[in-house]
Amino acid sequence: MSETRGNQRPAGGWGRGPMGRGPMGGGPGMAMGMPVQKAKNFKATLSRLLGYLKPYKVQLLAVLITAVLSTVFAIVSPKMMGNATTLLFEGMMAKVKGVPGAGIDFDHIFRILLVLGGLYILSASFGYLQQYIMAGVAQRTVYHLRKEVSDKLSRLPLKFFDSRTHGEILSRVVNDVDNISTTLQQSLTQLVTSVVTLVGVIVMMLTISPLMTVMLLLTLPLSLVVIKAIASRSQVYFMGQQKHLGELNGHVEEMYTGHTIVKAFGHEDKSIAKFDDINEKLYQSGWKAQFVSGIIMPLMFFIGNIGFVLICVVGGVLVTKKAIQIGDVQAFIQYARQFSQPITQTANIANIIQSAIASAERVFELLDEQEEVPEAADAQVIASPKGEVRFQNVRFSYKEDVALIENMNIDVKQGQTIAIVGPTGAGKTTLVNLLMRFYEIDGGTITIDGVDITRLERGNLRSLLGMVLQDTWLFNGTIRDNIAYGREGASEEEIVSAAKAAHADHFIRTLPDGYDTVLNEEASNISQGQKQLLTIARAILADPAILILDEATSSVDTRTEVYIQKAMSELMKGRTSFVIAHRLSTIRDADLILVMNNGSVIEQGSHNELLAKGGFYADLYNSQFTGGSVREEAV
Amino acid sequence: MMMLRMMVMAPLMCIGGIIMAVSKDATLSLVLVVIIPVLAAAIFAVARKGIPLFKAMQVKLDKLNLVLRESLTGVRVIRSFNRIDHEKRRFDQANLDLTDTAIKVNKIMASMMPLMMLILNFSTIAIIWFGGIRINDGNMQVGDLMAFIQYAMQILFSLIMVSMMFVMIPRASASTVRINEVLDTETAIGDAANVRHAAERRGHVEFRDVTFSYPGAEQPALSGITFSAHPGEVTAIIGGTGSGKSTLVSLVMRFYDVERGSILIDGVDVRDMRQQDLRARIGYVPQKAVLFTGTVADNIRYGKEDASDEEVRHAAEIAQASEFILKMQDGFDSVIAQGGTNVSGGQKQRLSIARALVRKPQIYIFDDSFSALDYKTDAKLRAALRQETVDSTVIIVAQRVSTVMDADRIIVLDEGRIAGIGNHRELMNTCEVYREIVSSQLSEEEIA
Repeated sequence: MSETRGNQRPAGGWGRGPMGRGPMGGGPGMAMGMPVQKAKNFKATLSRLLGYLKPYKVQLLAVLITAVLSTVFAIVSPKMMGNATTLLFEGMMAKVKGVPGAGIDFDHIFRILLVLGGLYILSASFGYLQQYIMAGVAQRTVYHLRKEVSDKLSRLPLKFFDSRTHGEILSRVVNDVDNISTTLQQSLTQLVTSVVTLVGVIVMMLTISPLMTVMLLLTLPLSLVVIKAIASRSQVYFMGQQKHLGELNGHVEEMYTGHTIVKAFGHEDKSIAKFDDINEKLYQSGWKAQFVSGIIMPLMFFIGNIGFVLICVVGGVLVTKKAIQIGDVQAFIQYARQFSQPITQTANIANIIQSAIASAERVFELLDEQEEVPEAADAQVIASPKGEVRFQNVRFSYKEDVALIENMNIDVKQGQTIAIVGPTGAGKTTLVNLLMRFYEIDGGTITIDGVDITRLERGNLRSLLGMVLQDTWLFNGTIRDNIAYGREGASEEEIVSAAKAAHADHFIRTLPDGYDTVLNEEASNISQGQKQLLTIARAILADPAILILDEATSSVDTRTEVYIQKAMSELMKGRTSFVIAHRLSTIRDADLILVMNNGSVIEQGSHNELLAKGGFYADLYNSQFTGGSVREEAV
Repeated sequence: MMMLRMMVMAPLMCIGGIIMAVSKDATLSLVLVVIIPVLAAAIFAVARKGIPLFKAMQVKLDKLNLVLRESLTGVRVIRSFNRIDHEKRRFDQANLDLTDTAIKVNKIMASMMPLMMLILNFSTIAIIWFGGIRINDGNMQVGDLMAFIQYAMQILFSLIMVSMMFVMIPRASASTVRINEVLDTETAIGDAANVRHAAERRGHVEFRDVTFSYPGAEQPALSGITFSAHPGEVTAIIGGTGSGKSTLVSLVMRFYDVERGSILIDGVDVRDMRQQDLRARIGYVPQKAVLFTGTVADNIRYGKEDASDEEVRHAAEIAQASEFILKMQDGFDSVIAQGGTNVSGGQKQRLSIARALVRKPQIYIFDDSFSALDYKTDAKLRAALRQETVDSTVIIVAQRVSTVMDADRIIVLDEGRIAGIGNHRELMNTCEVYREIVSSQLSEEEIA
């Protein structure tokens, strides 16, 4: 019951019909008195959301009119039905009294019923029309909202994506937008009809009998007091329930991720005991919350029934005094039934709308995120790139107070190979981030072929650089499409020859559908090594001047590994390459070695220079590649 | 809960309503006989059109999710290949597709309520008309007619409720099926009826022709594995990804039972031991360090609950963790956030090593446990470990030759089989797979 997701609500409002509802009652939505997520700035968000509805002014007006008409017709009908009853009663009374020629005036009743039927049809058609129009409005609004979010995401800097989980972003684009959509679809029209019903019913009741209306209204403050008293109590339990549920989830998640540890260290019993403990607390607050909030409905009915009895008594007296007709009493009872319902419904809707506004606020927050630094107005394009890269006094940090790279200088000539060496996670992403201009540097300049990368068109800059990283990214589509991703409009021959150059052609052809094989969602239908070959093929097709490569840390399987190495050296031929290196041969043959630790470059030079220096690289080299020094130290 | 209440109440209301209506006026009840099938047919018609569309909408929503997720995970690739517009188009297509279906669904569902109300309302008209005739004939009272209308409404409303439940129940039952699947899963591993104890407890591990497949797998993850690991020795296991290294060590802890062959510890089959006893003798450091909410000390004590402060500190010292622990705000009492998000990967790994050390077990299992450490710490840690584990059986899983080169025994795994056993020098001469691994990591002169 903790979810207030809109799509679990049944569509449409109950009991807008003349007969109201049976004593079942209770909006079939969430439990009453549950705390609702609130927006920080309700008004601003609401008006901004309304802005999205502006293009649909005409439709919305139509929705409003049809909703009002539909409700008005529905409200008038009990009164008419009351007239029919009165006719029935009078006719019968006359007959009983033995008035000659008397009887029920069926002609008259028939006419009333005919009109009544017409009203019902009108009410239903307007009701349908209103939902029908709203469907288009709500969904199109949401379509635009989603589109806007997607466009926005494409303009956000990488920093945004790195500092948030995918789940968080997905939830905003999917769940929050969905929440807005169902609220627009259902609750908005419900709100209109509820209000109209409330007003209409009061008016109708007043026309029947002001006295009875006053009697009924007297019960209203009573029910408000009851709701308020109970809701405030149930809130406490609901909050407790929420808290314990969170704890339970946290515990389960922790035990699930750490279950081998739990088992290996023999803590099964203890973790079960803890689960039971939290579960018990959850049960306690849960049933109390449900019980307390569950009391609201019966109490409301009780109060409603008190009003009912009052009306019957007063109505009976009035009828005997001939102040009103018997049919009016019937109509009034129907109105009384309808009367309490919009009140509870409005309360429910208010909650739903609040949570939708909170959703909208989260979506708008995303839309207001700061975008990438715009391209320079006179952005340049390097038409025939050579691939010379130069870092001059580059200063960079992710967090303002933690300096990562200070005064970094590198000078790379066309076609050189630069090996990046260091412990795992030492900062290869940082390098990619800076070269691709995913992040902006804090000081100094990075130039390619002598042009500052901040003066280049982003598209052009990125077309100069190619990446082949370990965390291969392939999408759900055919192998052909995945390779062709490297360059828009690549021909079939180009794709195949890229695959051949990447030594991927052979394995692709062994697959049942060859190049048309569709990679599944996790791309688990081909091996890790084969994925790597595909990304290499993609990079070959893109034909960049500068490469950023990632050597495999573990042998995938020996044969594929050999292919990957061959394909990589094929790719590197004649290109400036930055290699996250693990193989000693690559490192030693590199023109320049950058030794990174904790994200920053601590040493640079050729293999021999660095060895002679006897610093971190020498240490690293000795430990990682000979295993000798550790032994000596250890023994 | 709401559902349950509705489920119990709706049929009761329906049946009660029918009884009362019939008792008031059986003849007039014939109106209901006509109305109910009409109502049922209307619900059926709308549901038949609506439900497939609802399903289609779910599929399209999933598609939209997928496209979005891909564009998030691939953000670097997309930008580096300048395919932003392409992704935008892909998203837009999925978005449009979803919107079209959603509009269709909602337009169909828009007819549901008005239709129901129309049927309900026309049934009241019918009741009044036919009731009027019966009143005229003196067969019925006006009051009874009013009551009858109320009953009729009750019946029809509860029918709508019931039909709504038929829409919701399949959803709930799908969840029940999933829950039952979990509940019905038999605990694969149980303690033997007759527990055997080893005469001597030193931590001698022996694999005898062990074959193991994961449930449902076509090929065994391990087959024909035979070797022994002795106390005071370091046994290393090396091999590529998916060669079965981690599987092998999880068999020692009996996370799974072997399919063929047996695993003996000090001569006793692990299946004949109590799981608690077995695991109490093992200090396990997993590949992915997992910490729990609680303080640093709590996490280390996870290995041995009654460990003294001194023991905890000692374990942290050897794991090279005390330096950073003491730098934390509350030292050993600093709180680790859920998932260990407030410590770095290397720190997590060191804490998880300390957790194993505090147990002082006879058997240590390090499953690729040094990967997140920088060189200096790695060297110091391994030096300190050597002294600590001098009487224990140590099993190290590794991908790097440099980690295993000085082990007493190296087991080379290749696709679930042993490709060679021996020390570095022996394997260089005899094992082709080992040579391949080495040559992909070391240079010629270092091999020699």
